[in-house]
Amino acid sequence: MGDRRVILHCDMNSFYASVEQAEHPELRGKPVIVGGREETRHGIVLTASYEAKRRGVKTAQAIWQARLACPDAIVVPPHFLLYMRYSDLARQIYYQYTDLVEAFGLDECWLDLTHSLHLHGGDALLVAREISERMRTELGVTISVGISWNKIFAKFGSDHDKPNGLMEVTPENACTVVWPAPAGDLLYVGPATKRKLARMGIYTIGDLACADEYAIKRTLGKMGQVVQRFARGLDDSPVRPLTVEEWENERPIKSVGNGITVPFDVEDERTARQVIWLMGESVAQRLRAHGLAARTVSAYGRDFKTLVTRGRQTTLDRPTQLTAEVCHAAADLLVHDWDFAHGEKVRSIGVRASNLVPAHHVVQLDLWGDEARRQQLLQLDRTMDDLRHRFGNDCVRRLSELTDARLSTLNPERDNVIHPVSFFA
Amino acid sequence: MRGIAGRRKRYVTVISSTDEEGAVTPLVIVWGDGRRFEIDRVLDRRQAHSLKTGGTGIRYTVRVSGQATYLWYEGPRWFVEAKETVMPD
Repeated sequence: MGDRRVILHCDMNSFYASVEQAEHPELRGKPVIVGGREETRHGIVLTASYEAKRRGVKTAQAIWQARLACPDAIVVPPHFLLYMRYSDLARQIYYQYTDLVEAFGLDECWLDLTHSLHLHGGDALLVAREISERMRTELGVTISVGISWNKIFAKFGSDHDKPNGLMEVTPENACTVVWPAPAGDLLYVGPATKRKLARMGIYTIGDLACADEYAIKRTLGKMGQVVQRFARGLDDSPVRPLTVEEWENERPIKSVGNGITVPFDVEDERTARQVIWLMGESVAQRLRAHGLAARTVSAYGRDFKTLVTRGRQTTLDRPTQLTAEVCHAAADLLVHDWDFAHGEKVRSIGVRASNLVPAHHVVQLDLWGDEARRQQLLQLDRTMDDLRHRFGNDCVRRLSELTDARLSTLNPERDNVIHPVSFFA
Repeated sequence: MRGIAGRRKRYVTVISSTDEEGAVTPLVIVWGDGRRFEIDRVLDRRQAHSLKTGGTGIRYTVRVSGQATYLWYEGPRWFVEAKETVMPD
């Protein structure tokens, strides 16, 4: 390959479902759906096995819809700790080929073999086959591997030959392999970008690569230029040796949010405020854990019938990390936006804190504000954080959680561990 | 007819030794009913998936009473592919 980089993108096929099949041989060859609990209305398909996908089951579909498509599907609840273990074991295999391994979520990794390929025979295709075979025998799961000189085309390769596939994209074959594919197959060309491109007469990755740069920039802005560079194979972003956990710590946090689909329809202001407090408290807790304060608080709800989500946001007088301030602001936004008195009901509720600044930033105090009271509240919050850290998240709970049996079963995801990752640092 | 109907993942108690380099050697498998099976020798050690019972871990190929069998270290537990027998009619 000469001076070109050698980058592999390894994608574990139908990851959650494959792990379940690897752990439970009786599920092998059967349509398996990993999904949330239907009784608490978290019933969406997180991952479906290839047997289920072939029958028309799609990721993010409601489980009842999936059952219509595939009545004999076996639905299993997710076991995230198990998936994290498999993800970790997969990375241990990758590390035996290079130290430059960049995780992209739990199931995908880029490997930069440019400087270590000669240690493993010098043939990228053979190394890819070897890794694939080791994943099958050592973990019992299959992977698809894409090989290219840049991360974007390597990912394209692994996406285009599933399951258990292998595709090499070289400068010689890129025009015949990548360019005829739909523009939406490129990383960061989502449905909205795809629609805009289609309006410009751009349907394939090749169309995008050859399109007028000025027109692309005018329509799609800065991101347009980025995806056009992707389409032209000019992505030169390095493989950053980061694990999923390191990503969490290294990348700047832009917002902190938490939402939940409530097992019942929220039909009064009081319950709405209580749910907001449960969500907002974990948001404020994470703000404090990261030493951040938020200037903007937003709250959103999802209509029980139309499933349309709508929300509002407000900018606070000064940045805050206090549970009380985040929750009051969010609760006021939500109850202002939803007309519970006239029969509106909410199915999902969420709180988000954004416009973040370091908590130690110097702020102009309010002459008439009660700063002493704020300091007391902060002390209270920190004490609760400390108790939860030492004795578990359920050791201190809001009275509303204890008095309302419906709320006591809600898990505000204070323990959430798996977050989506972004390609951009 | 008595025979093996299948295999099932069974966690077992294992007595092992850990040397100064951190290498773990299983010595005795203790069955649920208290029976002890001395491991004569470790023949192989590698990361592997269990095709018969599912799961993955470090697979030790061990010799017990002259017979080679597999023992997995799943960290922090050990498991074997236990035989499920069919009783005679």
